[in-house]
Amino acid sequence: MLLQVVDLKVSYGNIEALHGINLEIKKGEIVTILGANGAGKSTTLMTISGLLKPTHGAIYFDKIPLHKMPAHEIVKLGISQVPEGRRIFGTLTVKENLTLGAFTCKDRTKLRKNEEWIYELFPILAERRDQLAGTLSGGEQQMLAIARSLMSDPSILLLDEPSLGLAPLLVKSIFQALKEINRQGVTILLVEQNARAALRLAHRGYVMELGRIVIADTAENLLANPEVRQAYLGG
Amino acid sequence: MAEFLQQFVNGLAVGGIYALIALGYTMVYGVLKLINFAHGDLFTIGAYLGLTLLTSFGLADRVGPGVAVLLLVVMVMGFVAVIGIILERVAYRPLRNSPRLSAVVSALGASIFFQNAVMLIYGARFRVYPQNLLPKISLNLLGIYIPLVKILVLVVCVIMMVGLYLFIQRTTIGTAIRAAAIDQEAARLVGINVDGVITLVFIIGPALGGLAGLMVGILYGQIKFTMGWIYGLKAFTAAILGGIGNIPGAMLGGLILGVVEALGSAYISIAWKDAIAFCVLILILVVKPTGLLGERVAEKV
Ligand SMILES: Nc1ncnc2c1ncn2[C@@H]1O[C@H](COP(=O)(O)OP(=O)(O)OP(=O)(O)O)[C@@H](O)[C@H]1O
Ligand SMILES: [Mg+2]
Repeated sequence: MLLQVVDLKVSYGNIEALHGINLEIKKGEIVTILGANGAGKSTTLMTISGLLKPTHGAIYFDKIPLHKMPAHEIVKLGISQVPEGRRIFGTLTVKENLTLGAFTCKDRTKLRKNEEWIYELFPILAERRDQLAGTLSGGEQQMLAIARSLMSDPSILLLDEPSLGLAPLLVKSIFQALKEINRQGVTILLVEQNARAALRLAHRGYVMELGRIVIADTAENLLANPEVRQAYLGG
Repeated sequence: MAEFLQQFVNGLAVGGIYALIALGYTMVYGVLKLINFAHGDLFTIGAYLGLTLLTSFGLADRVGPGVAVLLLVVMVMGFVAVIGIILERVAYRPLRNSPRLSAVVSALGASIFFQNAVMLIYGARFRVYPQNLLPKISLNLLGIYIPLVKILVLVVCVIMMVGLYLFIQRTTIGTAIRAAAIDQEAARLVGINVDGVITLVFIIGPALGGLAGLMVGILYGQIKFTMGWIYGLKAFTAAILGGIGNIPGAMLGGLILGVVEALGSAYISIAWKDAIAFCVLILILVVKPTGLLGERVAEKV
């Protein structure tokens, strides 16, 4: 098991947002979390990344407990997140954003190889290298956000709604990129509202409702599941 | 013309000092969105520390004026940086997740504490720096005579500003400081230790502020425990002028303020010196509310 979340409870002040969730992700998998607005998907990812601390439960990465570690140490272990809303550094250049993505990576040759791979994956970023990131289009910003998180050479990538606000064609190319990234050996945990696209890409999926996991199954079964079709795939 | 140049150079020297102090305000504001009201008092501490090192340890007699000044610079910057780190740990870090107003009150409290501490240790009257520290000579530049000490102050300011600029713009750590100022959570998600960045900012800002205090002591020869108030206010004005949070902006704002003040008091009236400074501020904020270099690019969502 690469990543294991055990009975995780997380609160904002007095209000509990996650009521004890369990997740398991094996090396090399693409796993998706589906759920309506406010289900607790982002909370889950933020807790894995260490920006939120659980009130109960545990998170293990390769058996290493993460739930008490500061966020920057977690990145160093090889867990990288593309946060909801991209959160790129708008007043820094594309190149500077990528440099910061590799902030934890001290191996220079590895860094150069990573950079080459990323420019291959998203050629437009190479062209825009010296442009301020805030002036990129929405799609380009999403590519930059993914590229930035790949610069740390992660073994698992957490993505929070990467298709948000993008035109269908762009969504397709982002998902294609994710497939390629996974083919290169990066495990992926994908949070999506675009359930159909996510389930077509993923091996397995979880459905979240009001801070609980309510269904866990293979992507194939979820696509066929009447409940899931009704609630997330438009019937 | 000579008169103009003379005043211009005077303005640059004072402006450089404003700029060094302004950098501390702007960097702390950048990462914490907090006005460090105690910053002016760190400047005062720098001035008094320089005095102690010069008089009690007789630094200048032991090693000669050149080495003495260099040693002073290093020691004052180091010591005030340590106070800066302690200030952040004690007064600001415990309130990181409290309402903004708590931190502001804490900043004001720290300011009062420092000011009274300096007064109790050194007394409430003016203190004078040793007059024989640097040779009293003037250099002839472009037909005007500029005292050596003024040139020295200018050179030190320029070195510090260029050094800081290169550090912030060209190094990865510098880029990380800028990133933490833009979005702390995103910075943590790429693996930046934001607490570390904040500590670093509380090393750099106070070190530069303390150095500015030392240079005021050397330049004017007189210091007082309340000096941090007016210098702090001017430097804060400079930071706003350049666009608070923006590092090159603080440098530019300081220099402009110094020059405008010097020219204004020469050609209009010295009594209006402070008023002129604030008029400039108001004028620029009316025309450009974000300051000269503030918020160059709006972030697309
Ligand atoms: N900073 C916060 N403070 C208080 N409550 C919060 C905060 N962030 C999220 N919540 C609450 O926690 C719950 C889960 O929110 P979360 O953002 O994890 O949902 P989500 O599944 O990511 O939703 P979306 O699809 O809209 O992004 C919601 O009820 C939300 O109101
Ligand atoms: Mg969310």
